Amino acid sequence: MALSTIGGNGRTTARVDAEIYRQGRDLKGRGFQYLLLSALFLASLFLITLLIQVLTDGWPVLSERFVDFFTGTLRSRSSDDALGIGQGLAGTFWIAIFVIALSFPIGIAAAVYLEEYASENFITSVIDVAIRNLAGVPSVVYGLLGLALFVATRDGNSTLFAGGVTLAILVLPIVVITAAEAIRAVPSSLREGAYGVGATQWDVIRTQILPYAAPGILTGTLLSLARAIGEAAPLILVGAITDRLAPRGDGLLSLDQIFDRFTAMPIVIVGWVQESGRDQGFGPAAGAAIVVLLVFVILMNSIAVTLRNRFEKKRG
Amino acid sequence: MSDITVPTRSSGTTLSLDALSGPAARARKEGAIKAVFFLAATVSIIVSAAIVWSLVREAWVFITEVEWANTWGQNGWFPRQGLYDMPTLLVASLIVTVISMLVAGPIGLGSAIYLSEYASRRTRSILKPVLEVLAGVPSVVLGFFALFFLSPQIVERISRSGWLIIGAVILTGYVAMMVIWVRRTLQREASTSAAQMFTRIIVLTLFVLVGLVMVWWILRTAGSGDAGAANFFQVKRSGQLAAASIGVGILTIPLVASISEDALASVPRELREASAGLGARKVTTTTQIVLPAAVSGIVAAFIIGVSRVIGETMVVFMAGGAADAARFTDSPFEGGLTMTAGMASLATGTDNVVGEGLTFQSLYFVGFVLFLITLTLNVIGARFVRNVREKY
Repeated sequence: MALSTIGGNGRTTARVDAEIYRQGRDLKGRGFQYLLLSALFLASLFLITLLIQVLTDGWPVLSERFVDFFTGTLRSRSSDDALGIGQGLAGTFWIAIFVIALSFPIGIAAAVYLEEYASENFITSVIDVAIRNLAGVPSVVYGLLGLALFVATRDGNSTLFAGGVTLAILVLPIVVITAAEAIRAVPSSLREGAYGVGATQWDVIRTQILPYAAPGILTGTLLSLARAIGEAAPLILVGAITDRLAPRGDGLLSLDQIFDRFTAMPIVIVGWVQESGRDQGFGPAAGAAIVVLLVFVILMNSIAVTLRNRFEKKRG
Repeated sequence: MSDITVPTRSSGTTLSLDALSGPAARARKEGAIKAVFFLAATVSIIVSAAIVWSLVREAWVFITEVEWANTWGQNGWFPRQGLYDMPTLLVASLIVTVISMLVAGPIGLGSAIYLSEYASRRTRSILKPVLEVLAGVPSVVLGFFALFFLSPQIVERISRSGWLIIGAVILTGYVAMMVIWVRRTLQREASTSAAQMFTRIIVLTLFVLVGLVMVWWILRTAGSGDAGAANFFQVKRSGQLAAASIGVGILTIPLVASISEDALASVPRELREASAGLGARKVTTTTQIVLPAAVSGIVAAFIIGVSRVIGETMVVFMAGGAADAARFTDSPFEGGLTMTAGMASLATGTDNVVGEGLTFQSLYFVGFVLFLITLTLNVIGARFVRNVREKY
């Protein structure tokens, strides 16, 4: 061993060897790594505890009266057999329709304009700044906007229309930003090739850019839809019903309910959580409603994320 | 000049530039389509203007008509009685911001560093979805969780037996120190003399004795007064600002993590390689090279996180422990109303906002203040993000 010539005796050799090869040499490094890992561990712990808490609270209600719970309505007593989330589901369904009908076309069109048409001028930069700042505006403030625009005065009537349009406005910046990102990722060779064979700008957008960017755009729209479904604050401000709402006779697809008072899944949950102080049974009911909401939201999010990952990998 | 001769197979026809530009109908159609897209893009300007207009219009009424004595130094936020004490809301918002950033900051940043610097591809594919799922959880769910789990199981216990918790933390640190010392001494010298062994045993005994004294002192302090150790096992269900804050913090972890991770990912690989080439350990490279290089983006993550936390409504509304009105409090272990929760509780109960004179306008005034705060934070945050992009 070359090292043995330095010190001359075996003890020094052993010491040098120990310094170099001993276990746990990089104590600080190990400690740091475990510290970082514990951060992720804590985040996972929070998520798992949350899921367990919600499931254990909501399970009795879901297992006992699964079908009734979906068709039931808002009630004043938790022991009522007709207690359920039917009205909440209907409200959330219509809000989703509003988001799909308003935010998706407008948002994607705005993204196409910003990426494909806009020249670098004053108006473009104003639009850009406006979208970026809108994305950071707290959701309650959108509620105030909805209240001012659609409910107008304190005597005004709050309708499903007001809630739906407010949430559509809320997620619009998210749709624009994600769609613009997807369009930016389209290789310019596709555009140039299409222009080269005589396509007009609209042809290029229609036949090349939108199809290529479709997975990215779809990811963004799914994420924003999930966000809209779970959002409660703007609806509360606009005046969604948290306590009791007379059941409607007509079906889910009836257009009349758009201009009637409404509730939605997150609002049902908020209402029941508040009632649980007075009537303990509302706690499990809220838990069950959360399970239903979470299934929808997590499903949508995971489809979106899987879609994004798959296409990112495919296109390298 | 505008005539260009294009050689074709049949004969030499003359083609003008006008002909090349295509039929006029096509140009008109293109123009119309562009106009439609432009209109869609201007919606964002219209919405921004509408937000500012609606906020300013009602807030102005409030500013001009309110008795300013009622907005400062009162004993609480009682909008339906005409008492609009802003400090009540501002202090509560501040408490929530501080505590939730204490949760979201370290956990978010730590996760980002691990995912970006340490995790293998496989670990990443397991751990990253955790943050993605957490990012998708609606805030009402966190509100439920904060009220039914965090409040009774964690916050109540801390507030009832704060000394026990603080003591336990100190004691853990002390024991960790002891373990490190023992390991170090055992590793440093392979063989030792009897005298050295003797001194070590004495030092170790002293360590253990001091530790025992600490345990005794902590148990005695925790056992006296209201904050008894026995209280640790009692469970009560109600909301407090602290429970809501932890809930908001959990909600903000993915945001802080994703912005920090972007910042870390934008640090060039060469910096890390150069550092490793000079013999730096991984921990040194990460803390001395990568983190300073990405500091701008990490600051942005915290600023945008704060902006998100201040604007978060439902968690504080559901688990904050106050409805409708709140007394002034500066303790996180009591119920309180933040700016956002104050707004939400004004709008519930009845389906429309009713109350004394300016209640409706106060809603917009608070909203306006909130809007200004978050806008400022977002603008500053965006500037920091841009710094990172420009640097590399």
